[in-house]
Amino acid sequence: MRTPRQASPALLALTALVALFMLAPMAMSVLAGLLNNYSRGLKSGLTTRWLVEVWDTYGGTVLASLGLAGACVLACLLLGVPCAYALARSRSRWARLFEELLTLPVAVPGLASALALILTYGAWQGLRQSYGFVLIGHIVFTLPFMVRTVGAAFQRDELRSLEEAARSLGARFDQRFLGVLVPAVLPAIVSGCLMVFTLSVGEFNLTWMLHTPLTRTLPVGLADSYASMRLEVGSAYTLVFLLVILPVLWGLQGLGRLMEKHLGT
Amino acid sequence: MELERTRVDIVQCAKTYPDGTRGLHPTTLHIEPGEVLALLGPSGCGKTTLLRLIAGLELPDEGSRLLFGDTDVTRLPIEQRGVGMVFQHYALFPHMTVAANIGYGLRLRGAPVAEQRRVVGELVDLVRLNGLEHRRPAELSGGQRQRVALARAVAVRPRVLLLDEPLTALDAKLKEQLRDELAELLRRLHITAVHVTHDQQEALAIADRLAVMQAGRIVQVGDGETLYRRPEHPFVATFLGRVNRLQRDEDARRRHVLKLGRIELPCPPVWGDQPQLLLRPEDIELCEARPDVAEAQVMQRRFLGERVQLSLSLPHQPLISVDVDRDHPARAGDTVGVRVAPQCLMPAEAISA
Repeated sequence: MRTPRQASPALLALTALVALFMLAPMAMSVLAGLLNNYSRGLKSGLTTRWLVEVWDTYGGTVLASLGLAGACVLACLLLGVPCAYALARSRSRWARLFEELLTLPVAVPGLASALALILTYGAWQGLRQSYGFVLIGHIVFTLPFMVRTVGAAFQRDELRSLEEAARSLGARFDQRFLGVLVPAVLPAIVSGCLMVFTLSVGEFNLTWMLHTPLTRTLPVGLADSYASMRLEVGSAYTLVFLLVILPVLWGLQGLGRLMEKHLGT
Repeated sequence: MELERTRVDIVQCAKTYPDGTRGLHPTTLHIEPGEVLALLGPSGCGKTTLLRLIAGLELPDEGSRLLFGDTDVTRLPIEQRGVGMVFQHYALFPHMTVAANIGYGLRLRGAPVAEQRRVVGELVDLVRLNGLEHRRPAELSGGQRQRVALARAVAVRPRVLLLDEPLTALDAKLKEQLRDELAELLRRLHITAVHVTHDQQEALAIADRLAVMQAGRIVQVGDGETLYRRPEHPFVATFLGRVNRLQRDEDARRRHVLKLGRIELPCPPVWGDQPQLLLRPEDIELCEARPDVAEAQVMQRRFLGERVQLSLSLPHQPLISVDVDRDHPARAGDTVGVRVAPQCLMPAEAISA
């Protein structure tokens, strides 16, 4: 009898094939960013000059994207966690309706949401010209992910008991919310933060509509470079994205796992 | 640790849920200071609703009154009621150590650190968790968690201790051991306690008095022995142990007897309209088959370890279950004599007043 651990050779081969198919474009893109001339292939030799050029032209967008994602996570924490709690505890029909509305920006194309924001708030020049406008777009798009993830954790029966236990010991709302409930759903909050960060860093649809030449993010810069520069520059940009964002994401994920292990439920 | 002993008066307390269902019909119950009272009944009988009303987790209907000692707590929220509560799955704070869990209530009250440490230490000794103070709940066994939950609940010196099915989350073997442990701890704390359970063994072992509940009402209140031996309501008899149902035909009812083979047992005249009577398996005595006792045939013999359960067949009666000593010689197919003391019979339907 075969144990489940021993996969059949056919299955292994299929897995390897699919993995190769998925990894090849990444490898090609990375390679293209390091070649002197993509059309002449490896014969043209390897170079880092495209990377340097990208960093000189678009370096600012990398920092902007990371800063924006950080701010977006913070805003989603402050807005989303209390909102998730309120929705989890409310039994009213309005709460369910609000939850539906909140999720709408995920389904509606980003371009439409962005257009609506511009139509409504575009006239406020101070806001329109700042990264704040892009941030609002990102929050609109990422908030439902935070609310859904954390809300599901708040809804568990044991969380209700935890809250009742804290109440029986005399805890006021703020004491039990910050001292008991938030720590108890911390793993969900951490995973919500990671999702929000990841979504914000890669967000293009909304950002493309909402940005100004002075408020560009990494994906918008990427589009710009693809449209206006050599293929090698665009590919080098992808490489920059991978080099900067992946370590940050891995770091955050590691941090999340560490917290979960330390505070494990 | 000396705790306050508070009298609890529940006066005409009722609970109607927003959808119109009656969780609890108007109920009056008095709990003596330092007494452990069990609310016992099947699921949906209203025992948890009553506990949550006493706790202040639910508000009762208009006209209900709840008193702790001389204080009217009917409209006080749980935070200000001074109750300690042990939850079904303990509800320990997962991110806090054992010591932090026990000291949580004291920390909230801003007790001096030295005082917190002293009380936590005293309780850790009391519930025998020494050496585990810095563990997290996830690293404890079920029994240890239960003791942390109890220590946390009494650390703030509550006026009343409430236990919501405190042993349900444990497996059968551990349950029995912890049941006795819990009973002993409650005796040592000497605190007024209300204990909700659906397990009659647990209620009998832990509580001073039992309130048996059915369909949102208390059916009978009393100490375990009284309820078991002299139930006022058939539901109490059937819920607090096993019973046989014996049939009475019209003739037997008219003549106020129960026919058991060739024997007739006298019954009180008030049972004239009872078509069935209840009889506990352990109240049936077996003897040699003689002319002056009822005769029965052993249909089945089940060896259950400390006792043997026999199924007996009597004329005009359904199969009757009897408990006998494990060394009893009766085998399937034997004929045995059956003796029943008439005072052991119980009515199967509520006697209309």
